[in-house]
Amino acid sequence: MAQKRLMGGNEAMAEGAIRAGCRFFYGYPITPQNEVPEYMSRRMPQVGGTFIQSESELAAINMVLGSAAAGARAMTSSSSPGISLKQEGLSYMAGCRLPAVIANVQRGGPGLGDIGAGQGDYWQAVKGGGHGDYHLIVLAPASVQEMADLATLAFDLADRWRNPVMILSDAYIGQMMEPLEWHEYVLPADLPPKTWALTGAKGRPRNVIKSFFLHPGLLEKYNILLQEKYALIREKEQRWEEVGTEDAEVVIVAYGSTARIAKGVVAHGVEGGRVGLLRPITLWPFPERRIRELAEAGKRFLVSEMSAGQMVEDVRLAVEGRSKVGFYGCAGGGTLSGIDMAEKVRELFASRG
Amino acid sequence: MPKIIIDEKYCKGCGLCVVFCPKGALVMSHGLSKRGVNPATQVEGKQCSGCLNCAVMCPDAAIEIIATETGK
Amino acid sequence: MPEYRRPEALDDATTHYCPGCGHGIAHRLVAEVIDELGIRERTIGMAPVGCAVIAYDYFDIDMCEAPHGRTPAVATGIKRALPDRVVFSYQGDGDLAAIGTAEIIHCANRGENISVFFINNAVYGMTGGQMAPTTPDAAKTSTSPYGRNPKNEGHPIKVAELLSQLDGVVYAERVAFHSPRGVREAKKAIRKSFLAQMEGRGFSIVEILSPCPTYWHMAPQAALKHIEETLTKVFPPGVYKDWEK
Repeated sequence: MAQKRLMGGNEAMAEGAIRAGCRFFYGYPITPQNEVPEYMSRRMPQVGGTFIQSESELAAINMVLGSAAAGARAMTSSSSPGISLKQEGLSYMAGCRLPAVIANVQRGGPGLGDIGAGQGDYWQAVKGGGHGDYHLIVLAPASVQEMADLATLAFDLADRWRNPVMILSDAYIGQMMEPLEWHEYVLPADLPPKTWALTGAKGRPRNVIKSFFLHPGLLEKYNILLQEKYALIREKEQRWEEVGTEDAEVVIVAYGSTARIAKGVVAHGVEGGRVGLLRPITLWPFPERRIRELAEAGKRFLVSEMSAGQMVEDVRLAVEGRSKVGFYGCAGGGTLSGIDMAEKVRELFASRG
Repeated sequence: MPKIIIDEKYCKGCGLCVVFCPKGALVMSHGLSKRGVNPATQVEGKQCSGCLNCAVMCPDAAIEIIATETGK
Repeated sequence: MPEYRRPEALDDATTHYCPGCGHGIAHRLVAEVIDELGIRERTIGMAPVGCAVIAYDYFDIDMCEAPHGRTPAVATGIKRALPDRVVFSYQGDGDLAAIGTAEIIHCANRGENISVFFINNAVYGMTGGQMAPTTPDAAKTSTSPYGRNPKNEGHPIKVAELLSQLDGVVYAERVAFHSPRGVREAKKAIRKSFLAQMEGRGFSIVEILSPCPTYWHMAPQAALKHIEETLTKVFPPGVYKDWEK
């Protein structure tokens, strides 16, 4: 039985995590995601969970590491500068193959930046951010409903793949209020059991959680294992939404709140041609297969994001020279305009031939 | 009478057991162990008093003290 | 008739520690106490970054790697998830008193019910003998070649004293590996720390003055003498906080 509620994005994400069985939240205040720790500080005691306002974002990711190592569903949340602090922990968690959920409610950057929405952390999220050859699974909600649904999915993906998962939203999505429907959460029956977890070596040999392999050749072997996992994730977990792409000549590629503006452009239509939208829901693995198909079908692309141009490079990589890729964006927390986006689409129409 | 057993797999020849044995019952061997160090060994004819100082100091848990029947 | 057997909680691996290194003694004591208390199957230890980075190869219990300095935060995460397990953090002077100072203070301040074993050998061993926050004044290290100068580097940090100021700390003691008596005192302290945790009392820390023969450029016996005659003056052994008093 679905319950309908009007909620803010940040709180919907927090509640989605609780419904997925997250019982450990560690976080530090930073705008524009303070609703998350505040919500968790009220909700966790209600469900017998643990909330700690840690001394820093650095401490928080390490507490998540510990609870994840103990086999629990654990989460932290922050915004851009705080996510920079967590990069060490994220690399360690990827290296140790620990499942957990990390939310980044993006703001403008670099540095202290501002407290408005931005999408300038795309590279940090999908290209590594921390050191070494690893990937986070990155989910990009574009509505309050998705903040709830993807928070739940994030825990399932984390456990399925023994990998940290990032929910990459932004200040708009975090702050906006929309109605959403709660559905009953069902734990997937086929998640692998956490036999690797540190629970005390009773009735079994000891478990060790580590990412350190000094002996010659061991680390390379381990990296091959990780890469095989990432290849499987790429194959199975690409997620996206399409609107009007079938007969479009230009496909806008946008995620998060930028995609909401793009939907308006597509719904309104652009004079001179047909426009559609491909909205990645997973930023890693990137929906490269579908973008390649659309490029092969002769579509041109307008990539739009609130940055100086980060996801556009991944679109160009997927298109691999087959087609034209334009860009419309702005860095520094500014708001994109549907009118200007439509103008860029028109330019792409005009560049036929 | 306690017997000192030194496992040469672990002994690194640090010599702390020799220093703290109140009976002079331990000495560093002249020969080298497989590890390439002079391991500690019980001195011929010296009795271990079972004070366990050597085992208490050993950084490598290389020393075991075993109780044996009186007279060997 | 007293006997001594190699502790069960120690793996049978040989260690990479230098001859006469205090880590070996500390590992052995922790393993002995785990055996005596019968808690091997419910103990989870943290390995730090430092010479003890591969401590998980040496203890036959569940163990977790932690990023440098973050051990108290990782231990918090584990203990909160599994409050009935015995969780210990094992750290050196770089891990605890340099990069991890925020984490240890706040873990202690929250009164997390864990045991912390702080191996203070006043130098950074693993990386080649650099100055530590606990290196004494005038001591020469690879990054204080003219001797530690308080005007440039400050004085050494007294961790047991510092942490004992926090309400969340129920037991803080400094011990010294300078002799069999010192090592036996250290074992008592380690045992008391585990018991405090098992009784649910809160945060406890045992700071252990430990020898680093290699980077003090001393033979093992001389290193112990250095602890007895010099380091104990800089870092006086004793009980700095005790819920029983």
